[in-house]
Amino acid sequence: MKYLCLVYLEADKLHAVPDRECMACGDGLRKSGVLVAAEALQPVDTATTVRVRNGKLSVTDGPFTETKEQLAGFYLIDARDLNDAIQVAAKIPPAREGSIEVRPVRELQP
Amino acid sequence: MVRSGAVTTEPIHDALNAVYIAESRRVLATLIRVLGDFDAAEEALHDAFRAALEQWPRDGIPDNPRAWLVSTGRFKAIDAIRRRKRFDALEDYEEGLDVAVEDPAAWADPESVEDDRLRLIFTCCHPALAADAQVALTLREVCGLTTEEIARAFLTPAPTLAQRIVRAKAKIRDAQIPYQVPTATELPERLDAVLRVVYLVFNEGYSASSGATVTRSDLSEEAIRLGRLLVDLLPEPEAIGLLALMLLQESRRAARSSPSGELILLEDQDRSLWNKAQIEEGTGLVRRALASGRGGPYAIQAAIAAVHAGAASVADTDWAEIVGLYDVLLRAHQSPVVELNRAVAVAMRDGPEAGLAIIDAILDRGELKEYRLAHAARADMCRRLGRAADARTSYQRALKLSHQEPERRFLEKRLAELSK
Repeated sequence: MKYLCLVYLEADKLHAVPDRECMACGDGLRKSGVLVAAEALQPVDTATTVRVRNGKLSVTDGPFTETKEQLAGFYLIDARDLNDAIQVAAKIPPAREGSIEVRPVRELQP
Repeated sequence: MVRSGAVTTEPIHDALNAVYIAESRRVLATLIRVLGDFDAAEEALHDAFRAALEQWPRDGIPDNPRAWLVSTGRFKAIDAIRRRKRFDALEDYEEGLDVAVEDPAAWADPESVEDDRLRLIFTCCHPALAADAQVALTLREVCGLTTEEIARAFLTPAPTLAQRIVRAKAKIRDAQIPYQVPTATELPERLDAVLRVVYLVFNEGYSASSGATVTRSDLSEEAIRLGRLLVDLLPEPEAIGLLALMLLQESRRAARSSPSGELILLEDQDRSLWNKAQIEEGTGLVRRALASGRGGPYAIQAAIAAVHAGAASVADTDWAEIVGLYDVLLRAHQSPVVELNRAVAVAMRDGPEAGLAIIDAILDRGELKEYRLAHAARADMCRRLGRAADARTSYQRALKLSHQEPERRFLEKRLAELSK
């Protein structure tokens, strides 16, 4: 079963974990066959929000949220079950600086 | 009315009832593993007992009722799916069933059945579930309480509680929380979570945080039953310690409130009302937990309770021993509430002045400022030192923070006595 591990960090901690360490983590997960995809993200002030309402495109700066933590990256993994996914998430280096949200992937119903 | 055709079936109905009480939770735990779904397992459990009600009076009770019920429940579940779903979907489903237990004899194997009970407990108390959902799900699935019973005990509207259980089951299914006992490395933390749930249920029954009576004893009894089950299945020192702690606290139930529901403090309790059997069992369990050398916070708290239980009066209590145990507890588990309890013990050993100094230091740190028992303890020290004005201020502060009726009456009584 696939789980998306969303990495959340406060703005001033976006670079608290050296890139080297995150790359090593990704490589390790890829070698063990757990990793489907992983990327780090630019800070949230580079984000653009797109909406389509009544066929009309709207583009805005943002998103704006009240929370201090922002989405900093993600790991899409293939795990046996939630316990397995939690074990993987615990090894993602930014877990010690911010938090990792583990979300099960939903299969679309045709 | 009772006579006639019912004569032969009545004993079998009693027997069926007995089987239900003894086996329904075990059968459910195994059906969840076999069917891989809580709701399907609950339905299968009901169908299996309905089938027993029809067949057992006619054919007699099977040699192994538990295996019969699991096997019947499983067939009924597959039947139900067959009726509801297309055939191809059924094949997928059957593939998903646990093939290792195709042999019905294995379902009755005591060891795997007990494993299923542990699996159920650890799944219901999984830390990925909301804390209140863990409690509700454990009482519903492990203890077999109805949603209405749980709602009444927690003074929560039944629909709210039902919603909580539905959401928890959906998360177990959609996030794939596995139905398994944690590995040895995960066990200490996961066991902590289970013990927390059990103790929370006990405390909700022992000192209800709100409401008109001091105790809601059904919940405490349920928690003790759960504690016993856990010690049977997984005799870890902290599980033993928690059972001891609950038994020793429970032993004072009859003495801790008056017939009219007034709160009676430990120092004023009639110790002849303490339940000796529970004290004896609890004290024995404390020894067993501590002898392992791995006793943690629950075992130490139980040891403190055992010192109280062994004393004929407050004056006769070994307060030095209790202060020493609180020191050990603080090393294992830093907490301002434990510090407060230690301060009360110090006051008993060295006098109220010494206790008051510690309590003031805790309050000065800003901790426990909103904790009613800190102010009540401070008030009591001041009262004993003859500092009536200070005592009054602290009693009033405690009263403002207390929502439990008997406790409020107690504090008001103390306040009134100060004015005399």
